[in-house]
Amino acid sequence: MTVRTTTTVVIGGGQAGLAMSRCLSERAIDHVVLERGEVANSWRTERWDSLRLLTPNWQSRLPGYGYQGDDPDGYRNMPETIAFLDRYAEVISAPVEAHTTVTAVRTDGAGYLITTNQGDWRCRTVVLASGACNIARVPALSEALPAEIDTLDSMQYRNPEQLAPGGVMVVGASATGTQFADEIQRAGHPVTISVGEHIRAPRVYRGRDLEWWMDAAGVLDERYDEVEDIVRARKLPSLQLTGTTGRTTLDLNALGAIGVKLIGRFAGINDGKAQFSGSLRNQCAMSDLKMGRLLDTIDEWASENGLDGEVDAPSRLEPTVVEKSPPLGLNLKNGEIKTVIWATGYRPDYSWLELPVFDRKGRIRHDGGILEDAPGAYLLGIQFLRRRKSALLDGVGDDARDLSAHLAAYLDGQDPGEFVVTSGVAPA
Amino acid sequence: MAESESTANNGVNVEALLGARVALADAPEAAKFTWSASCEWKDGTFSQSTVEGYFGLGENHKHKTTFKFDADHPAVFASEDRGATPVEYVLVGLASCLTAGIAAVAQNRDIQLRSVTSTLEDGMDIQGILGMDSDIRNGFDGIKVSYKIDADASQKDIEALVAQSQKRSAVYDIVTNPTNVTVEVN
Repeated sequence: MTVRTTTTVVIGGGQAGLAMSRCLSERAIDHVVLERGEVANSWRTERWDSLRLLTPNWQSRLPGYGYQGDDPDGYRNMPETIAFLDRYAEVISAPVEAHTTVTAVRTDGAGYLITTNQGDWRCRTVVLASGACNIARVPALSEALPAEIDTLDSMQYRNPEQLAPGGVMVVGASATGTQFADEIQRAGHPVTISVGEHIRAPRVYRGRDLEWWMDAAGVLDERYDEVEDIVRARKLPSLQLTGTTGRTTLDLNALGAIGVKLIGRFAGINDGKAQFSGSLRNQCAMSDLKMGRLLDTIDEWASENGLDGEVDAPSRLEPTVVEKSPPLGLNLKNGEIKTVIWATGYRPDYSWLELPVFDRKGRIRHDGGILEDAPGAYLLGIQFLRRRKSALLDGVGDDARDLSAHLAAYLDGQDPGEFVVTSGVAPA
Repeated sequence: MAESESTANNGVNVEALLGARVALADAPEAAKFTWSASCEWKDGTFSQSTVEGYFGLGENHKHKTTFKFDADHPAVFASEDRGATPVEYVLVGLASCLTAGIAAVAQNRDIQLRSVTSTLEDGMDIQGILGMDSDIRNGFDGIKVSYKIDADASQKDIEALVAQSQKRSAVYDIVTNPTNVTVEVN
């Protein structure tokens, strides 16, 4: 096959790749979007059935597109998310090459050679927008589980009907784990949830969606070069939120109320017995304190902006209820637990990226999405890339605007070192 | 830290600790420490342990002084009470680790401490160590730590200090999580 040539190859046809495509089109930069499946492939094929976005419908302001329906406060289910992104690709006429799997990215003279299952592309600049959640993270101790236990990770789990009758242990209590625990318990399986670090959050606060507050008060716009510890900020688990029609809060107390049992962080397996950390009380205390600080920030902002008369009065949730002596062990061989589900996070897959850009932990070294070890290469659509909202449908647009400006300057031969992006300002 | 003027002084060199974090990020091997102690049986349940050297930052180090710890059991165990019991040393380790952490975190958050005191209690059913009931564990059935802290900070900020100290404490981790122990006879 002949090698095709373009100025910019965007890898990934999700919200990040499409937002970048729109920004490149505005700048008349010739490009192509390579997508291994169809637009929104991860949403289409790799998520559980009941998932709805954690952000409300209105909060999906992409460059040149946004929500136009009559339910701005609702939360998109997967078919709606896919339809939204399909329509976005259409509206912006994104040059998507579907069913094109990238197998290698290498340097090639002053640019890059992209190898795919549909032939090669040569380009001067490349945007890595293949997503932050390609592989389910599963801790090494999973290998020590007794053979009679069924295991699923967060990409294999679809719905409770997959599960053998009987007890289920969900490991992880962020948005994914708490949603699994909730629907599996309601489907009649006794659920135990293993709780490590997590961030508790009310769905609705003072009558408005928590995401509305975080957006309005500027929490989501906080920049990567302003936070105290960006490495830690990028590793923070997702808020314990769920998108339901009733706008319900799904915290550990809500799970406790329907009978889910809380245990500490999964710490080890010894002789068929699961061991849990004795730190559950502190994990919950830290999460309660963290939530308190977020709500304090919101209350302060509301007062300063004269909203106190307009919205409900401040309130606080009850502290997380932890039983006096939570169990530290669980027999995995007596049939009580039939299935273990790992909801222990996700990681990106860069197995095809043959560039010298990785740190010792396999993460891409970058400065707000600019790969300094690979000039002309950019990263987009991962947690806290440039802002707290970077991984959100609503947040990737500002990052795409910033990075497309940098990319254009790089193509023009300007010194990218002089490049300064002002916070959140879109080019006219 | 650099951009904010620090006013609190708890006697913790936070700059050095933060500097070490930056330096060790580029040289993770140097972060590997080995702590050691030696122990000698004296008589009855009385033993004496010694702590003098440790390994870290790629080399061996010596404490300024050699520290000795006497351990024994009290009269109700038909012993002579020549030192604290081993389980009390565990409480000592936990208390001092959490307390050091509180001072360091307070310094980093620019909180002036005036006094930090704590009491620790563990529950233990000695039917376990006496081999009377295999359903009862040898060790603690729980540890309760109570802090009294006087500091220039709100109650919430003090709670957050104590929570963060637990999150970063080595001894807290050792007592709350399982650890492989290998005992050899040479």
